[in-house]
Amino acid sequence: MDKLLQIGHNEKVNRADIPHLPFDTFRRQLLECAAQGGQVVQFFAYDDQGTIKLLAVMRTDKLYVGGCDAPDSFPSLTAESERFHMFEREIGEQYGIKAEGHPWYKMVRYHANCSGKKDVFGNDYRQDIPGNYPYFTVEGETVHEVAVGPVHAGIIEPGHFRFQCCGERVFHLEIQLGYQHRGVEKLLQSVPMKRLPIIAETIAGDTTIGHGLCQAQAIEALAGIQVDEGAKIVRTIALELERIANHIGDMGALSLDVAFNPPAAYFGRIRGDYLNLSQVLGGNRFGRGLVRVGGVTHVMGEEQKKLLHDKLDELTPEVEHVSKLIFFASSVNGRFDHTGTVTTENAEKIGLVGYAGRASGLPYDARISFPTECYKDLPANSNGITNGDVRSRGRVRFHEVIHATRLIYILLDTIIEATPYTPQEVQLPPDSFVVSINEAWRGEVSHCILTDEKGTILRYKVKDPSFHNWTGLALALRDEEISDFPLCNKSFNLSYCGFDL
Amino acid sequence: MLQVIKNRLEQGYRTSKYPKEPINLYKRFRGLPRVNTQCDAAVVKRCADACPQDCIDAKSRRIDLGRCVFCGLCETLSEGKFVTFTQNCEMGTASRDDLFSTGDLPALAEHSKKHFKKLFGRSLQLRQISAAGCNACEADTNVLNTPFWDLARFGILFVASPRHADGIHVTGPISKNMLAATITTYEAIPSPKVVIACGACAISGGPFYGSEDIVGDLNSIIPVDLYIPGCPPHPLAILHALINYFK
Ligand code: SF4
Ligand code: SF4
Repeated sequence: MDKLLQIGHNEKVNRADIPHLPFDTFRRQLLECAAQGGQVVQFFAYDDQGTIKLLAVMRTDKLYVGGCDAPDSFPSLTAESERFHMFEREIGEQYGIKAEGHPWYKMVRYHANCSGKKDVFGNDYRQDIPGNYPYFTVEGETVHEVAVGPVHAGIIEPGHFRFQCCGERVFHLEIQLGYQHRGVEKLLQSVPMKRLPIIAETIAGDTTIGHGLCQAQAIEALAGIQVDEGAKIVRTIALELERIANHIGDMGALSLDVAFNPPAAYFGRIRGDYLNLSQVLGGNRFGRGLVRVGGVTHVMGEEQKKLLHDKLDELTPEVEHVSKLIFFASSVNGRFDHTGTVTTENAEKIGLVGYAGRASGLPYDARISFPTECYKDLPANSNGITNGDVRSRGRVRFHEVIHATRLIYILLDTIIEATPYTPQEVQLPPDSFVVSINEAWRGEVSHCILTDEKGTILRYKVKDPSFHNWTGLALALRDEEISDFPLCNKSFNLSYCGFDL
Repeated sequence: MLQVIKNRLEQGYRTSKYPKEPINLYKRFRGLPRVNTQCDAAVVKRCADACPQDCIDAKSRRIDLGRCVFCGLCETLSEGKFVTFTQNCEMGTASRDDLFSTGDLPALAEHSKKHFKKLFGRSLQLRQISAAGCNACEADTNVLNTPFWDLARFGILFVASPRHADGIHVTGPISKNMLAATITTYEAIPSPKVVIACGACAISGGPFYGSEDIVGDLNSIIPVDLYIPGCPPHPLAILHALINYFK
């Protein structure tokens, strides 16, 4: 790993300082890092004045970056280390650079590549999605296939699921996405700067603050803009409120999926109360329009503080009681325990992030490893339930809700006000690079920006935690009953649009 | 069992009395904007130039509510002199043109197609199509099924199959990858059927306008009956539109 450059998150790096290695060295360095437990934060291709290049950001307890010229095709890293698998498929799809020997080489989002090279999946995009997608099939007399989606039976995003079953038992679940692809990265690197925050906030609507923060921090780092303490407090509270609201909603949904309706009804309503607190902060239930480069658009005055404080006082005991109702009912535990298990070993191999990773025994929390905003001064959450099953993923969420509440109380007691916001024009520096990381509610969100010699955005790369974690859901279903799919699915609750971009 | 009863007592009865009693939203909430048409031209131009959605027409001083994402920038920039946001959620319209607005929208109830009221006034079953938005429109539609809103008390249900539905409720800018599925779902619904475009995405492409990977305007592929602007529309906005258009 000695040839990669150690960098900080949210730190402007001159592109000239990023080691530009021969491909073989680059490949070996990444694999070496992975062998030492390193995980992939970013690994993507970009077009630099007609030359296609690769760039990777790896994390251990530190961050490392390195790059190389992209060969037309290359020996897949996935064959040696699984954690690269999605990234290599994406590189193939976006730039036509083929990973040879990749054991699961399939399209990611179904769109033509932007380099004009021959399509690596042999697709002709005049044909509707999924083109010639090679679904994994299991053969045998009693084996049958269940296909679900893209349009699902509720108010849910589209995606296609294919189960290979023997009776009720699932041998394999294949998750084929791409329906939500709306060209987010392409937009981010081609539209005027004024549109950027709006697009960032809608990469995954339930992660508005997570993605919004990643973008704002990346741009602030590049342009050398400081954010005052008061704004940092509001940002941190907003991110924690987002976490609470989503976790609460999902705990309710878990309860519903085992036909225990009262907690689902209570948590459904309580989730709304937390969303309304985001509305108190910034005028929108999802935190739209709150985080902007340079700070936050709304300061938190005494009135908002009091509203937040009082509502938390009211809601926290209710949350504890309803959680108790769910997690201590034996009929619920009968369904949650040992269902949809992802072992620590597999979680580590595929690089699970967020609560799903923590429930499987990977302690990584970007708030601790790569703290932004106020996290450096805040206490960490501890997580002892790491069986990797539905119950673990549920319990982790409960603990995170309680922890997040505590963080908000601490921050509400801090008496620093943000300075009122004034919109500013930003000029990005030339030939620079930045990677931002935040622990959003689902896990590690990361944005990466590269600028060209004029300071315009050359490449904007987005990674939602779902990019790692969908594979976790597929693994969780192995050898499970198909009837437990909704439960397993909810315990991950991954983003389709965040994945599809 | 004791726990269940205890929790039930703690939770009590939480369903709102809407529409008999109004629901008041916090003053920071950005609902229907009010435009000051007398505002200084320089201020208007500044807002129009800065608007991330390019949805302010400086000449007519109208905002395209079908594309606006209610980010609040125009209010901040003009210090409320050009645009102020009210907490009014009554924003549904029956015509796309009405959404080019200075803040006065026609009363939706009077513009509803009368046969829809007759057909679906007592029971409306909708099929949701989620087509490449950000899932926040979906989330705030789903919220209508929670006890506070209790959509079912109005006889409105989201159903699991187009075969059971009276119409579609579409969110998202319809990616190319969802085009076929959107049309197939629409076609699977027996006539007469209604089409609702919910959120800036389905009306105009929303934050993703101009992307080559989307259709961007539901009406260009299927005729839309009801438009609900917002990004996302507040649950109250969706509920108001559904009740007024169909009841
Ligand atoms: S609130 Fe709407 S009109 Fe105003 S700047 Fe934002 S998108 Fe433009
Ligand atoms: S209109 Fe806004 S909230 Fe709704 S799906 Fe589109 S981006 Fe998301």
